[in-house]
Amino acid sequence: MRRGIAATALVATLALAATACGDSDSGDSGEKKSSGELSGTVTWWDTSNDTEKATFKKIAEDFHAQHPKVTVKYVNVPYGDAQNKIKNAFSSGSDAPDVIRADVGWVADFASLGYLDKVPDAKAKEVDSAFLKQAAASGKYDGQMYAVPQVIDTLGLFYNKKMLKDAGVEPPKTLEEVKTAAAAIKSKTGKTGLYLRGDDSYWFLPFIYGEGGDLVDAKNKKVTVDSPAGVKAFKAARDLVTSGAAITNATDGWNNMETAFKSGKVAMMVNGPWAVADAYAGDEFKDKANLGIAAVPAGSAAQGAPQGGHDLAVYAGSKNRDASHAFVDYLTSQTVQVQTTKALSLLPTRTAAYDQPDVKSNEMVQFFKPAVDKAVERAWIPENGALFEPLKLQFTKAVTGASSPEDAAKASATAFHKILKDWK
Amino acid sequence: MTVHTGQSTAKAAGEGARGRGRATGERPGRLRRALSTHWYAWTMVAPVVIVLGVIVGWPLGRGIYLSLTDANERNVGRTIGANHIDATYKFVGLDNYVDVLSDPVFVQRLTWTVVWTVCCVSTTFLLGLVLANMLNRQFRGRAAYRMMLILPWAVPGFVSVFAWRFLFNRDNGLLNKVLDGGGISAVPWLDDPTWAKFSVIAVNVWLGVPFMMVALLGGLQSIPGELYEAAEMDGAGPWKRFLYITVPGLRAVSSTVILLSTIWTFNMFPVIFLLTRGGPGDSTEILVTQAFRQAFVESPRDFAGSATWGVLILAVLMIFAFVYRRSLRKQGEVW
Repeated sequence: MRRGIAATALVATLALAATACGDSDSGDSGEKKSSGELSGTVTWWDTSNDTEKATFKKIAEDFHAQHPKVTVKYVNVPYGDAQNKIKNAFSSGSDAPDVIRADVGWVADFASLGYLDKVPDAKAKEVDSAFLKQAAASGKYDGQMYAVPQVIDTLGLFYNKKMLKDAGVEPPKTLEEVKTAAAAIKSKTGKTGLYLRGDDSYWFLPFIYGEGGDLVDAKNKKVTVDSPAGVKAFKAARDLVTSGAAITNATDGWNNMETAFKSGKVAMMVNGPWAVADAYAGDEFKDKANLGIAAVPAGSAAQGAPQGGHDLAVYAGSKNRDASHAFVDYLTSQTVQVQTTKALSLLPTRTAAYDQPDVKSNEMVQFFKPAVDKAVERAWIPENGALFEPLKLQFTKAVTGASSPEDAAKASATAFHKILKDWK
Repeated sequence: MTVHTGQSTAKAAGEGARGRGRATGERPGRLRRALSTHWYAWTMVAPVVIVLGVIVGWPLGRGIYLSLTDANERNVGRTIGANHIDATYKFVGLDNYVDVLSDPVFVQRLTWTVVWTVCCVSTTFLLGLVLANMLNRQFRGRAAYRMMLILPWAVPGFVSVFAWRFLFNRDNGLLNKVLDGGGISAVPWLDDPTWAKFSVIAVNVWLGVPFMMVALLGGLQSIPGELYEAAEMDGAGPWKRFLYITVPGLRAVSSTVILLSTIWTFNMFPVIFLLTRGGPGDSTEILVTQAFRQAFVESPRDFAGSATWGVLILAVLMIFAFVYRRSLRKQGEVW
């Protein structure tokens, strides 16, 4: 033990010494002004899912054909880990990507931390005039534009047309109808009606919008998740599970949802355009016409789904910002947007793209475009992304019955107040 | 302070030189003497000390300092390309500790962490002991059995945890498919708080048994065979031989492995994080995953809060090690 004390003291002394001289700056002031032609490497972290990534990789690499001196390094980062990984990379600066695909909810957060490079003025003007207004708003923070919208989306009710027909029911319009439809499906086919995503709080939003509430009231700086509407929303979600209308999971929700829907174990799921390509890959949807989409079922007060989507942003510490902005410009060009719509049924963010025949004739776009127009626009505050983690905790607890709807709403509000310090 | 550290460094240097002979030492003014006599030892020890200081001392000191501030993602200094943002966090004293300790969450996490540690360590130890005893006798294919039992240890931890995650999947996992064949309806391995707790413990036991087994097997083999022979001559049955020879013979090894295993399990991040991410809800969240959650999952990243949890974990483990050591010393162990 004596030896131990001596060694500890020694280490402590040295640690103090190290503290004194430990502030080294690793400043990468890579400000390379390229003269005319773009060159170098652009690393793009894409968060698209497994069925989408091949298409995006191809599109990214095609940039090389336009700018032979630029090499695009395509990296696919799973969406679930992306926010974290991007933050790690951006804050340390080592191995950081030049361009990221960011969920619309992350942009204000990253921008407020100083991680994002402003969109060049010319491009910002173009976005303001030629892009969908609600999409353009998602890329802004503090009046400045930090990201260019790539795709826009909202949630919809995906259903298996054949299964619903076998059960003799119409696509449900309200949660009450979901329950009766699920009962019919169970008795006629033995399958479950709905898969309810229980491990991701984004799927809680239609419930709270459906009760006429919202997570927060950004205008009046008020946390509203624990309002009566919020409690009712948790109740409605739990009710779907206890009544047997829906199955859910506390882990692996995405995979289980996709497997269950694609293999016909459930007849319906709530999902966005990003799931269309994956659904088509399933056995049940070999005949693409079997996939039907309807509006997210309404709650007792209203019908609503969140506006989502993805933006493209350039890292402020990127060593190759000119090429990076050019790459973003390319990815959000009309040609590329039409191309992705054709291949993946994703919704373009350019207003004019919707007049293109390939987009116009896409059945998914035909449904989702009006849905997006009606979608609830979230408050684009930096804390937006931060709300989902504590909410997820409570949503999972409420849905699996580990805590009552009232407690879940109250606990969410407490957590929100910690994030939104001076809000009511 | 200076005098104190000076003396202890001299002491450490003296220790380092022990191998070459220790004639000098105990007189006053030994700092100087130690320096002149043991300069060689000093030089030899320096690299180790510096490396330890950098990789252990610096993060530790920094962590303790951060736990006394209100540092988070928004107020730490950072340079991103052309933007330089200065650090604006400030010293807040013990506020973070008051916050954490007055929050019922701390007690919840601590309770579950202790339950998890006790369950894991006791089960792994007992299983390891049984397996080690079984493998300590001669039989055909013993080497093959030993290899197979070490397998969980040889596979990288995250790989086996992911494999288990697939097995445990309620809707599409192999375990439920097998149970379904036997007429048992789907078990919510990772979807129900109680089952999830059972599942994480099961996986950790599976991962921990090989270490216990190998360590105890080594202990068993160091017990002289004559003792067993003599006991047998005196008419002791197998149970008595186990109780009076094997158990005391294993005491030195088992006290060490239990201590190590406790510390590892207490801080077993990968199993919990990769299997359940602390879920469902927060039911399997242990202290380290909570610290990680605050520093990396939640946003804005709460560095100060996370450091506070880290320091508290260190404190708990130090208290445990201290109590454990004292109780061993009472039993006459030199450690």
